Amino acid sequence: MAVLKLENVAKNFGAIEALRGVSLQIEKGEVIGLMGDNGAGKSTLVKIIAGNFRASAGRMFMQNREVAFHSPLDARRHGIEIVYQDLALCDNLTAAANVFLGRELTWRLGPVRINDYAAMNRRAAELFQELKSETRPRDLVRQMSGGQRQAVAIARTRLSNADIVLMDEPTAAISVRQVVEVLNLIRRLRDQGVAVVLISHRMPDVFGLADRVVVLRRGSIVADKPVAATSPQEVTGLITGAIEHA
Amino acid sequence: MHKPDSAPNHADLSQAINRQTNTRLTALFAEQATWVFLAALLSALVLGFATDTFATSQNLFNVTRNFAFVGLVALGMTVVIISGGIDLSVGSVVCLSAMVQAIVMNAGYGFFPAAVLALAAAALVGLVNGALIAWLRIPSFVVTLGMLSIARSLAMVLSDNRMIYEFGPDQALLFTLGGGATFGIAHPVIALALLGVATAFLLRWSQWGTHVFAIGANERAAVLTGIAVPWVKISVYVFSSLMAGVTGVLEAGWLGGVTTNLGQSMELAVIAAAVIGGANLLGGSGTVLGAIVGAALIEIIRNSLILLGISTFWQGAFVGFFIILAVAFDRLRALRSAQF
Repeated sequence: MAVLKLENVAKNFGAIEALRGVSLQIEKGEVIGLMGDNGAGKSTLVKIIAGNFRASAGRMFMQNREVAFHSPLDARRHGIEIVYQDLALCDNLTAAANVFLGRELTWRLGPVRINDYAAMNRRAAELFQELKSETRPRDLVRQMSGGQRQAVAIARTRLSNADIVLMDEPTAAISVRQVVEVLNLIRRLRDQGVAVVLISHRMPDVFGLADRVVVLRRGSIVADKPVAATSPQEVTGLITGAIEHA
Repeated sequence: MHKPDSAPNHADLSQAINRQTNTRLTALFAEQATWVFLAALLSALVLGFATDTFATSQNLFNVTRNFAFVGLVALGMTVVIISGGIDLSVGSVVCLSAMVQAIVMNAGYGFFPAAVLALAAAALVGLVNGALIAWLRIPSFVVTLGMLSIARSLAMVLSDNRMIYEFGPDQALLFTLGGGATFGIAHPVIALALLGVATAFLLRWSQWGTHVFAIGANERAAVLTGIAVPWVKISVYVFSSLMAGVTGVLEAGWLGGVTTNLGQSMELAVIAAAVIGGANLLGGSGTVLGAIVGAALIEIIRNSLILLGISTFWQGAFVGFFIILAVAFDRLRALRSAQF
C-alpha cells in the first residue's frame, strides 16, 4: 500500500503550466530521488505535497484515502514533514527548543504555558540517539556544525512520527565531509520506515541513497525507475532533454 | 556505495549527547549584562571614593528611583526588541496613561478605577500597534512613530493641555504608590523588581517567551513550525504598552502633577538602556537584567556628572558613547567567534 499516491496532478499559474499529468507512488521506507533542472517543476511538486499550493487538477491519496491539504500545518497533521533547504532553525535557541518549536511540551500555570525543558531535552536526546548524531539538546544551534543542524531539522520530523519526509537539497550548502553525515541521517530515517523524497542536484547523493529516481522536465515526469536500472549519464540526459524519455 | 557506519558506538554517543558545551561561568561572561553591570559597579565604586555625596543613602535612593521608570519601560522594550521590532510610542504612552489616571481621579473617582482605565488606554495603544504590525505588516518603526504622535496628541486633547495636580479622594494613595518607599526602597524600584522578575520568568520559562525569541531570530521558521506569529507579535506590543502604562501611573504619583510633556523623548533613553544591556536591534537577543543594568548605568552617568560638577550638557555625549561602545563590543565578540 502506497504511503502517498499522486494521480494526474497538474498545476497552472495563470497561463503557465508548471506541472501536468504527474502520477507518482511512494512506498513505506522508500527513498525517492527527485531530480530535474531549475524550473522543471520540482519545487512546485514538493509544495503541492507539502500543502503550500493546491493542485489545479488531479488527486492525492495517503494510505488509499484521498487527501487535500489547505496549509503546511494541515499536511503535517496528515504525516508529511518537510526539511527546508535553510532548515528553518532559530540560531538563538537550543537544539531541543528547535526540535519542539511550535510543539513545546508544556504545563499550565494559570493562563501561562510553562515549558517542560527537562522532558523536551530528554526526548530530543532520544531522537539524536536514534539518528546516531552527536548533537546535544542543550547546545545553542548557533554553535553547531552543518551536520548537527541537519540532525536538529530531521529530529523535528521524528516528533510526530511522520510517514513522509520531504528533503529540499539537504546537501547543497554544507561541506563535503558533512555530506556523509547527512546521508547517514537520511538512511536512519529510512530504516525507521519513513518514506523520503530527496530533492537534489547531486548525482552521488541520489545514486548512493535513493531506491528510485524520478526525473521531471518541463512539468512532466520523464523517467521513474529503480536506481539500479539507470545511470548518472542517463539521468543527466533526461534532465537536459538529450534523452527524451525513459 | 554503502559506507560503513562512522558514528561512534552507543555508550560514547549518549555521553556526548548529554554533555553540555558551555559551563555556567563562561555563559555568565558571554552576557553583555555582566560587563555592563561591572561597568556600573565600577563607576559607582569610583564615585563612592571620589565624592562624599554619592554613597549617601539619600543619593542612592534617588538614583535607584530615577532609573526605575526608564527600567520599567525598558522591560517592555526589551521584549519588543527581542521579537525583532521597536516601540517608539512608549514615551507618549507613559504620558497618555498618566493623563487618564489624573483626569479620572481629578473627576472624583478612586485610584483603582482610574488605574484600570489608564492601563486599558495603554493596552489599547499596544493592541493597535500590534495589529497594524502583525496583520498589515507595516514596519514597527513606522507604526510606533505614528503612534508616538497620536498618543501624545490624545493626552493633550483629553487634558486640554492643562496641568493636573489635584487627584481627588485617593490622592494620598497615588502619591504613596509613586513617591513613597517601603523598607527604604522607593516604590517604583519595588515595581521594577517585581515586574522584572515576572518578565524574566516569562522570557526564560514560558512558551510565549520561546516564541518571542524564535520570531526575532527567524520569523519564517516560526511561521513554518506553526507558531501563531501575528498573535505573539500583538501580545508583545500590548506588553510593552502596559509597562509604559504602569510607569505612567507611578510617575503621576511621584511627580504629583501631570503635564502633556511627561515622557517626552523617553523612548530614546529606554532604547539606549535596552541596547547597552545587550538587546540586539536585529532581534533574537536581549535580557531583562541587561535592560535594568543599562538603565542603571545611564542614571549613574547622569548622577555622577552632577556630583562631580561637570556640566549636564555632557550627559548625552556619555550616554551616546556607551550605546556605541555596547554595540561595538557585541560586534567584536561576533567577529572573534566567527574566526573558528
